[in-house]
Amino acid sequence: MNRFLLPLGIFIVLVIFLAIGLNLNPREVPSPLIDKPAPTFLVPQLHDAAKTISEKDLQGKVWLFNVWASWCVSCRQEHPVLVDLAKKNVVPIYGLNYKDAREDGIRWLEQFGNPYTASAFDRDGRVGIDYGVYGVPETFVIDKSGTIRYKHIGPLTQEAVDKKILPLVQELNAKS
Amino acid sequence: MPSLRTLLLAALLAATPLAHAGEAAPAVDDPVLEKRVLKLSEELRCLVCQNQTIADSHAELAVDLKNQIREKLKAGMSETEVKQYMVQRYGDFVLYRPPVKTTTWFLWFGPFALLLIGVAALFLKLRKRAARVAQGGLSEADHQRAMALLNAEEKREGA
Repeated sequence: MNRFLLPLGIFIVLVIFLAIGLNLNPREVPSPLIDKPAPTFLVPQLHDAAKTISEKDLQGKVWLFNVWASWCVSCRQEHPVLVDLAKKNVVPIYGLNYKDAREDGIRWLEQFGNPYTASAFDRDGRVGIDYGVYGVPETFVIDKSGTIRYKHIGPLTQEAVDKKILPLVQELNAKS
Repeated sequence: MPSLRTLLLAALLAATPLAHAGEAAPAVDDPVLEKRVLKLSEELRCLVCQNQTIADSHAELAVDLKNQIREKLKAGMSETEVKQYMVQRYGDFVLYRPPVKTTTWFLWFGPFALLLIGVAALFLKLRKRAARVAQGGLSEADHQRAMALLNAEEKREGA
């Protein structure tokens, strides 16, 4: 009997490890930017090339930074969630229009609705690289001091907004 | 008279070198720099297609990152600094050779630990067996019986 106990034990441990491995999403690479100051940027706005936008303009409030593009299919999937969130007026959403053509981006927002207070226009993807973007859409939660507190990779779901984003925003807003 | 299919094939064949020409890399004005860019991008993982290096990948992000590496090296950054720049943005995961630190100890030393455990187990097992053999192994009677059996075998083979 004892003879089989050890191999069985090893087997069970192995299965547990494999099960954990199978359930991890390899696309979700933990971002090293969490709890670090948001990388600086200064780029034109999508709707008005004459105006610029920078993360410094947004200091002092909690905001969401959502990376999107008109060519990004899963952005369409998450878009209704963002539009809905914007209507609630609890947290300003700023967009990062990533590697897009200006007209395409503007047309896309006209078609699907514009949840963004403003969108930064990142034609060559530089801002994206500074934010470690590798799979659009991605969403950052940035606090009043300009520190990144959370990053959501992939399309936002209603569940993620209700369970993670909104509670976090509330918590961050409560802090001075 | 060649058939339509032959003509089509010929046309396709004639077009292939042209198709290749369209993909040619941008003119390299500094081969030394280019070599450094290539070497460095072979050590960085493309996060879009995770099992490829930036050098191998044609994903748009990989191309962007290669350009970024080129620019940084050109600006006088060292290889280590560029790697640091990438790690700051994408985390240790971009490095194909993970750094040795507390969270990666198991990754680096785990296999050696397993090897040691295996060698130790083998050693113990062998010692136990040697002890059993040294304890006498066969009794005199058993020895006689074994000899008898072996002899009988030999006789039968000889017959």
